[in-house]
Amino acid sequence: MQIDELLAQANSQVEGAADLASLDAVRVEYLGKKGKLTALLKGLSALPVEEKKSAGQRINEAKRELQGTLETRLKSLEVELLNQRLESESVDVTLPGRGLPGGGLHPVTRTINRISALFADLGFSIEEGPEVESEYYNFEALNIPSHHPARAMHDTFYFGDGRLLRTHTSSVQIRYMEENAPPIRIIAPGRVYRCDSDMTHTPMFHQVEGLLVGQDIAFSDLMGHLDLFLKRFFDQNNVETRFRPSYFPFTEPSTEVDIRIDGGKWLEVLGSGMVHPEVFKSVGIDSEQYTGYAFGLGVERLAMLRYGVNDLRMFFENDLRFLRQFN
Amino acid sequence: MKFSEAWVREWVNPPVSSDELAEQLTLLGLEVDDIAAAGGEFEGVVVGRIASAEQHPDADRLRVCQVDDGSGEIHNVVCGAPNAREGICVPFARIGARLPGNFKIKKTKLRGVESNGMLCSAAELQLSEESDGLHELPVDAPLGTVLQEYLGLDDRVIEIDLTPNRGDCLSIRGVARELSARNNIAMQPPEFTPVAISHEETFPLEIAADSCCANYVGRVIKGINPNVATPLWLVEKLRRCGIRSISPAVDVTNYVMMEFGQPMHAFDLDKLNSGIRVRLAEQGEKITLLDGRELEMDNDTTMITDHAGPVAIAGIMGGDATGVTSETNNVLLEAALFTPLGIAGKPRRYNAYTDSAQRFERGVDSGLQQQAIERASQILMDMVGGQAGPVFEVRNDNLNRDFNEVPLRRERLDKFLGVAVSDDTVNDVLSRLGIELTRNADGWVARSPSYRYDISIEEDLIEEIARVHGYSNIPRTNPAHTPEISSVAESVVPKSRIQQALVNRGYQEAVCYSFVDEKTQKLFDPEINALPLANPISADMGVMRTSLWCGLSEVLTSNLNRQQSEVRVFETGLKFVPQGAELKQQNVLAGLVFAHRSPEHWSGTAPAADFYDVKSDVEALLALADSGVYTFEKAEHAALHPGITARIKCDGNWVGWIGAMHPKLQKTLDLSQSPILFELEMSTLQSAKIPAFAEFSKFPTVRRDLAVTVDESVSYMAIEQCVKTNAPEALKDVKIIDVYTGEGITKGLKSVALGLILQDFSSTLSEEEIDSAMSQILNGLTAELGAALRN
Repeated sequence: MQIDELLAQANSQVEGAADLASLDAVRVEYLGKKGKLTALLKGLSALPVEEKKSAGQRINEAKRELQGTLETRLKSLEVELLNQRLESESVDVTLPGRGLPGGGLHPVTRTINRISALFADLGFSIEEGPEVESEYYNFEALNIPSHHPARAMHDTFYFGDGRLLRTHTSSVQIRYMEENAPPIRIIAPGRVYRCDSDMTHTPMFHQVEGLLVGQDIAFSDLMGHLDLFLKRFFDQNNVETRFRPSYFPFTEPSTEVDIRIDGGKWLEVLGSGMVHPEVFKSVGIDSEQYTGYAFGLGVERLAMLRYGVNDLRMFFENDLRFLRQFN
Repeated sequence: MKFSEAWVREWVNPPVSSDELAEQLTLLGLEVDDIAAAGGEFEGVVVGRIASAEQHPDADRLRVCQVDDGSGEIHNVVCGAPNAREGICVPFARIGARLPGNFKIKKTKLRGVESNGMLCSAAELQLSEESDGLHELPVDAPLGTVLQEYLGLDDRVIEIDLTPNRGDCLSIRGVARELSARNNIAMQPPEFTPVAISHEETFPLEIAADSCCANYVGRVIKGINPNVATPLWLVEKLRRCGIRSISPAVDVTNYVMMEFGQPMHAFDLDKLNSGIRVRLAEQGEKITLLDGRELEMDNDTTMITDHAGPVAIAGIMGGDATGVTSETNNVLLEAALFTPLGIAGKPRRYNAYTDSAQRFERGVDSGLQQQAIERASQILMDMVGGQAGPVFEVRNDNLNRDFNEVPLRRERLDKFLGVAVSDDTVNDVLSRLGIELTRNADGWVARSPSYRYDISIEEDLIEEIARVHGYSNIPRTNPAHTPEISSVAESVVPKSRIQQALVNRGYQEAVCYSFVDEKTQKLFDPEINALPLANPISADMGVMRTSLWCGLSEVLTSNLNRQQSEVRVFETGLKFVPQGAELKQQNVLAGLVFAHRSPEHWSGTAPAADFYDVKSDVEALLALADSGVYTFEKAEHAALHPGITARIKCDGNWVGWIGAMHPKLQKTLDLSQSPILFELEMSTLQSAKIPAFAEFSKFPTVRRDLAVTVDESVSYMAIEQCVKTNAPEALKDVKIIDVYTGEGITKGLKSVALGLILQDFSSTLSEEEIDSAMSQILNGLTAELGAALRN
């Protein structure tokens, strides 16, 4: 009966073990090398042969039973411990996270990036040019000689030594065509300057110039491309475009492009036209062989329409409360 | 230009509504800015006559008028207008009338006197923007006639914004011609009979060859009646074109200018001395103009003079002394042609943007002067009588231009527009515009009329056809295009990637003006003389920036003023650095940090971002570029703290700056702490190495830490270099794990702890090898930098 007593005693100790360490102590006390049940097994040799077998079986059964109880208790203890841990480790998931929040690009950059990406699909690459320009690149090569009335429209900033701040990105057209032969597909985003400042004018703003030159480029292609671009830029097909005759000395025919969204008011968004033969002449391109179109669009104007900004001057005040709205 | 729709419709009357007419004009390239009724919305206003006007018994400024409105009843009306006087006819709003703005006229008492209605000014009826008294009507106006009927107010005033090439449209005739072409209907110019010549008097006239006068046509009209007023129909037509009636002679010159586009001038013949000379001004020559200003002329300006001196600035404005007045009996009418080149720029210089200057600057029809004189004579003499002399003319043939023949090829036309326009359309459009066509094998030869200065090449003709035919009738096509794979090099880091890297590190992009205040600029770059603008918008935008920090500091202070206290901004763009006679336009990226390392947080507040926080942002950008070996050297910069400034170099060349703002500048800008500033050259940031794979060791690495004390002035870079030069090849990496001064370390020294990572390519390092490497390193540090092992 020694076995049954030991087993009962062991089982009750297992039940009473409050943690993994005391449970392991119970295992060692009974099943360890010097454990009480192990000792019984060792004591078998002292028994008579006929008792040996049944006593041996009995001890082994007791060992198995105890192992089972230990196992069960271990599992339940682990579950208990896990539950305790889970309970104590809970966080308030609604508290804000740690670290630096991201910043953002200026809406002008955001808009230029979008325009560039759309024209990249049509194979246009991006070019740049200087902002302090010569009269030649800003005016003369663009068929605007010194007494041309169009110069008065430009409100140019001068440095008094023949240099000026470019009034449009069209100067990049000339610089590019001087160095590169047709076919040409470029856009040139950048800062431009006009000596004018009021509610609707800032002395600096951004344009994206576009130039496509090739064989058999027609006025209808200009209209097709710009119509497609404007529909894509505004992400919607209910954008109507209207091409209205206008005048730029460096294009002929020239057109202003108006858009209308959802049948609203017509809004002027860009100027364009077919590259004037005089412009081709100034860069040594044969206008009998090549034709092309050029356009210049106002980045702030498009950004205002796209994002509903109602004051042009906001773009240059750099108020973080304004800038963060475009993050 | 403003004009009356009804007047244009006298010339050409297409069967379209006013709005459609306006849209036609816009789509012809004559952009309509505004279309407004010829008068305000009112009712119950009739022609009334002030039968008598007496002083109000209790008010100095008021008069009590007896008004006859033809109804048989006389109305007692109190009026405060200065010109309220007996005998004049004026608009009379009866009781119950409604004036613009839904203003109802009721019986009322003014200072005790009953007032039964209201006498109106032009502004009150929205016939003009302002007025200084009652709107006086002709004295024979039929009393009681509804004003709208009397003035013919069923008309609209259309305002168009013309492009500089279309001077030919600055007249009723010009606009009518466009509409005639657009609607393909003939124009009906007014018919008139030239006046009879009743004396032989002319006036001596000379044109100096170097003036800008190509043609001068004159006529003497004697014995006009100075007491006649301009008739209502003419006053109203001018009013709707935005021109005020002044006197019959002046009104007629304006009328003909509006009708035909030929600016004219009327002189008082009796005030002219001996003869007209058209010549360049003498430098500083003076003239008092019709607007009362006395100007000193430059010697490139053409003047109309008599033998006593200037009497007008040619094509711009007449002189005060020789203009017609209410006493003028004899007039000299002038219709001249001045070249655009001769006039260009002068209206701006003399601040005289007159209707005349505007037309000459863009080009006036060279075939118009005789006709204009005849038309003006006829209208003037219908009004005020007089005797006309013969028309006299002097042409300056050097300045009369030829109108070239321009070919128009059918093939070119079709290819250029991307659509085939029929022969009939080509013929109709161009002939309605006054362009003569002759057919030839390739298409046509065109000869443009004297009023179309803008047509000189084939593309000009193509544009005319496209414009009048309608851009909307040209299809929208997509040109055939063989796509090519873009040739963007892998070694170029796109600007957007650099910008995005900073955005991801919490920076907001700013865009500042490229011109800044010179004084503020000097605070940042005292040694550079920035390029000044000749005509800046204002002094605080007077010079081109030599650094982007000036703008970013402004972004900082303006945001702090708006309670935005965490400022981490960057900008990319050109800076403009004069280098001798040359100007370097350098593309840079600059940043400014005035913020905590991370925003205020519930788990604890981070310290202010310092040099090393921002340096890590800069290092991240340099890592994108990876175009060489970057070093940070202690340096000085006028805008930066002398102890906290580094010059950034790539393979020994300057590529940027980083540092804390100089405390003096910080104080000037009234900042509570010094922001960290940096600037990097974009070309460096945009050029990257193409990755090249290198074999790496598969044996384990070993780490040994080493703590030494060295003199405080020894830079980390010196220590790292010393370690690397003295270590065997097995040294793979050096980490700086601690820098310490203070208790336990002798004053003037610092303790530096290094983590050394060792690894061999072909075997596991033995303890002996490691120990030997460590002692080589320590010996080097001791010998070269006076370091001592710290125990």
